[in-house]
Amino acid sequence: MRKPLELYIHIPFCAQKCDYCDFLSGRAALSVQRLYVERLIEEIACQSAHYPGYTVVSVFLGGGTPSLLEPKQLLDIMNQVKKHFRLTEDAEVTMEANPGTVTMEKLQACREGGINRISIGLQSADDKELKKLGRIHTYDEFLKTFQRVRQAGFANVNIDLMSALPGQTLASWKTTLKNVTMLKPEHISAYSLIIEEGTPFYDRYHDHPELLPDENEEREMYYLTKQFLHSHGFERYEISNYAKPGYECRHNTGYWIGTEYLGLGLGASSYIQGFRFCNEKDLGAYCRLKMQQEDVDDYLHKEIVRLTEKEKMEEFMFLGMRLIRGVSEKEFEKRFGIGLRDVYGNVLDRLLKNRLIVAEEPYVRLSEFGIDISNYVLSEFLL
Amino acid sequence: MPIVDQNKIRNFCIIAHIDHGKSTLADRIIEMTGLLTSREMQSQVLDNMDLERERGITIKAQAVRTVYKAADGEEYIFNLIDTPGHVDFNYEVSRSLAACDGAVLVVDAAQGIEAQTLANVYLALDHDLDVFPVLNKIDLPSAEPDRVAAEIEDIIGLEAHDAPRISAKTGIHIEQVLEAIVEKIPAPKGDPAAPLKALIFDSLYDSYKGVIIFCRIKEGTVKKGTAIRMMATGAEEEVVEVGYFGAGQFIPCEELSAGMVGYITASIKNVKDTAVGDTITDKNNPCREPLPGYKKVTSMVYCGLYPADGAKYNDLRDALEKLQLNDASLFFEPETSIALGFGFRCGFLGLLHLEIIQERLEREYNLDLVTTAPGVVYRVHKKKGDVIELTNPSNLPEPSEIEYMEEPIVTAEIMVTTDFVGAIMTLCQERRGVYLGMEYIETTRALLKYELPLNEIIYDFFDALKSRSRGYASFDYEIKGYQQSELVKLDILINREEVDALSFIVHASSAYERGRRMCEKLKDEIPRHLFEIPIQAAIGGKIIARETVKAMRKDVLAKCYGGDISRKKKLLEKQKEGKKRMRQIGNVEIPQKAFMSVLKLDEE
Repeated sequence: MRKPLELYIHIPFCAQKCDYCDFLSGRAALSVQRLYVERLIEEIACQSAHYPGYTVVSVFLGGGTPSLLEPKQLLDIMNQVKKHFRLTEDAEVTMEANPGTVTMEKLQACREGGINRISIGLQSADDKELKKLGRIHTYDEFLKTFQRVRQAGFANVNIDLMSALPGQTLASWKTTLKNVTMLKPEHISAYSLIIEEGTPFYDRYHDHPELLPDENEEREMYYLTKQFLHSHGFERYEISNYAKPGYECRHNTGYWIGTEYLGLGLGASSYIQGFRFCNEKDLGAYCRLKMQQEDVDDYLHKEIVRLTEKEKMEEFMFLGMRLIRGVSEKEFEKRFGIGLRDVYGNVLDRLLKNRLIVAEEPYVRLSEFGIDISNYVLSEFLL
Repeated sequence: MPIVDQNKIRNFCIIAHIDHGKSTLADRIIEMTGLLTSREMQSQVLDNMDLERERGITIKAQAVRTVYKAADGEEYIFNLIDTPGHVDFNYEVSRSLAACDGAVLVVDAAQGIEAQTLANVYLALDHDLDVFPVLNKIDLPSAEPDRVAAEIEDIIGLEAHDAPRISAKTGIHIEQVLEAIVEKIPAPKGDPAAPLKALIFDSLYDSYKGVIIFCRIKEGTVKKGTAIRMMATGAEEEVVEVGYFGAGQFIPCEELSAGMVGYITASIKNVKDTAVGDTITDKNNPCREPLPGYKKVTSMVYCGLYPADGAKYNDLRDALEKLQLNDASLFFEPETSIALGFGFRCGFLGLLHLEIIQERLEREYNLDLVTTAPGVVYRVHKKKGDVIELTNPSNLPEPSEIEYMEEPIVTAEIMVTTDFVGAIMTLCQERRGVYLGMEYIETTRALLKYELPLNEIIYDFFDALKSRSRGYASFDYEIKGYQQSELVKLDILINREEVDALSFIVHASSAYERGRRMCEKLKDEIPRHLFEIPIQAAIGGKIIARETVKAMRKDVLAKCYGGDISRKKKLLEKQKEGKKRMRQIGNVEIPQKAFMSVLKLDEE
């Protein structure tokens, strides 16, 4: 039997970098974008040769802004993936898209290439909030994009939202949620803003937390999200992810349950055959790589770490517990040949006593309070 | 080995304020007297320990013997005895001085006389040493040798117009110093045939030779086989070897006779038997009375030292024992704290001594330590009439049993430029100082004299002094005695539990302020927990200050996808690592550094 594999393909280009964003992405000339796609297409072919025993169950084109690429480039990438990897019939193939970069022609190319899920970055339905984030679009422009995506025939659409934004109130957040649920997407990701080092937001807010909603307001927004989306038929299946039944993002779920994944493109991360590594992060260096060269992996792959059994257990726990259903004791035992309680008995008892986790055979999951302070809880699972 | 002519010996030391160039001059003297080639010279031969080099001070007295061929064509033996440069080691300094016949006073030609210059000169004169001045750092553009020479004559009363004007750093006029040593420092006296009388000014433990005693022979002669007795400690042994100090090595010789400086080994196992200041005599032909000035070393500052990892208790004990082999002034005994577990109550000569020991334990023995707030020794007079020497605040008897308490007082001399006199007087007032007087050294500088409680100066007085005088104040003190004082024990309660290791003794007038600051500090140090944590300061059960560490409300990562995993794991590891460095007190985890918070109350 072939092993399941997920592919992540990174497109590091944006029309403009948002002020909160610390992803490996930015503006680039069209010529650079073309060169990059060329190299990426080569990488897909070369890397596929290393993993013959796998079937691809999901593909995720992330960024940056993959929807910035030209229709033909998108099609070429997808054709190359399908040519070199074996995809399951029902593989979930997602592309991230940002309002202001999406044309009908692109969407049609995506459909033709086999993309069946679109994840739209909206973040907020409030134009003032969008402006503060450094987004290039208004809420109206998003609406047009969303309609176009539906018109193109995409029946699985996610909308990304952000709470705890500068200037945001519980009321404005509720308006965003209301507006978005009216559109009836299949999936909503709702993240609390993280102030990442090295971003304009860090410079602006790190020393001025008073300009951001305080932690009580932030938690109120979080509770509202859960309650509001629940009443509109969305179930929270991960700390920040909500879906209509059956529409949970399979690709992302794979990260939390330990499915192997191969990252392709600039800086993309992989977890495969017991190793974690990531690709070259320098765009120039990446574009200069000779992908056909036999020892290209020596130049392409960085930060290579082989996980020990202990580390695999730790990851199984701190990633799996992000899912609302939690981790399964049975699955743990099946995977590691040792009981969950044999490894984490003391930790589980302590966390249960403090009501940070809930045990419901065979699952162990975070309690609501456990979610609020999940870093504290999850760090307990490091051995 | 020819018999040494007493007239050709010069036993001397160099005295100076810190950084005025004592060690550098010592290096030059050793270099110019030719025992070592330049290549062999480490930058500062006398300072053997790494720690000393970093701090720029000399911790343990050491000695070196060199041979100088003078302008008169004769060869002279120079015994240069190095003295510790910190007030913590005042007694050791006095014993080193007692081993000398004269002293070279080094004064920075740019800075002039400082507090330690005066203190050291007076100490030297007290020991009847002949002192001559040397003006150092004349190569500096800011040097004013004429002004400083006049200052020395005015203030100290030493002839300075013909003082050698040198730069120890560049080697200018060092030969003038060497000639002055021959001319101005008297040759030792003493009868080689008299009963043995030798002064111990230092000792060192060596795993092969046992204790190596550094001594100055005042009367008589000692050689291999002499049965010696330490007159104060009563230890007796037969001499195995005598010799003198080459630079960085011990050179055996036949005998040491009156006037000489050298070492003795005698299979002694413990430096406690060879107390600094004690007199060595011949057991079979003892001298009538010991040399004056011997004092039993007493610890002035105490603190608790605990291994951060409770399992390292034995390692800590072994390390302390090893350090004690070479440091008779280090005291320790086991103690138990409810908060910190098993550890040791340790006594030190002063805060610098404490810091040195702490650093050596951490560096040389790789121990992670939790240190409780240092305190002085209080005398508790009980109603029943007995007196307790209190070294650990936790052992304070019930207030109802106490008649009164006393604390150690020092007399301090602070030299400061006149611009800052006001600021320094305010500081001394804040520290409960009693003003004794002020002298103007010159129009721009004054010498302030205060009586200060020792417990007000052990933590951060020196830092405060420096910051309030922009670095221009210098400071010296000596213990005066004990004085009755209104002292209280301040307890800290965390989550309503008293934490013994955080208790400290404080003067009633500053208890409220200290308690409040301590609570504030701890509030910042203690991380948020699942529940709210009250932090309270109390005196005898009465709460005088309170702060609250709010309950943890939110600590969640909104996102964790494929590319985030390694990074997020590091974040969780950091969090976990933080938990490890905590001490569990009841339900509360307290970071180890919180136990030292009391030390930093004045930082802002």
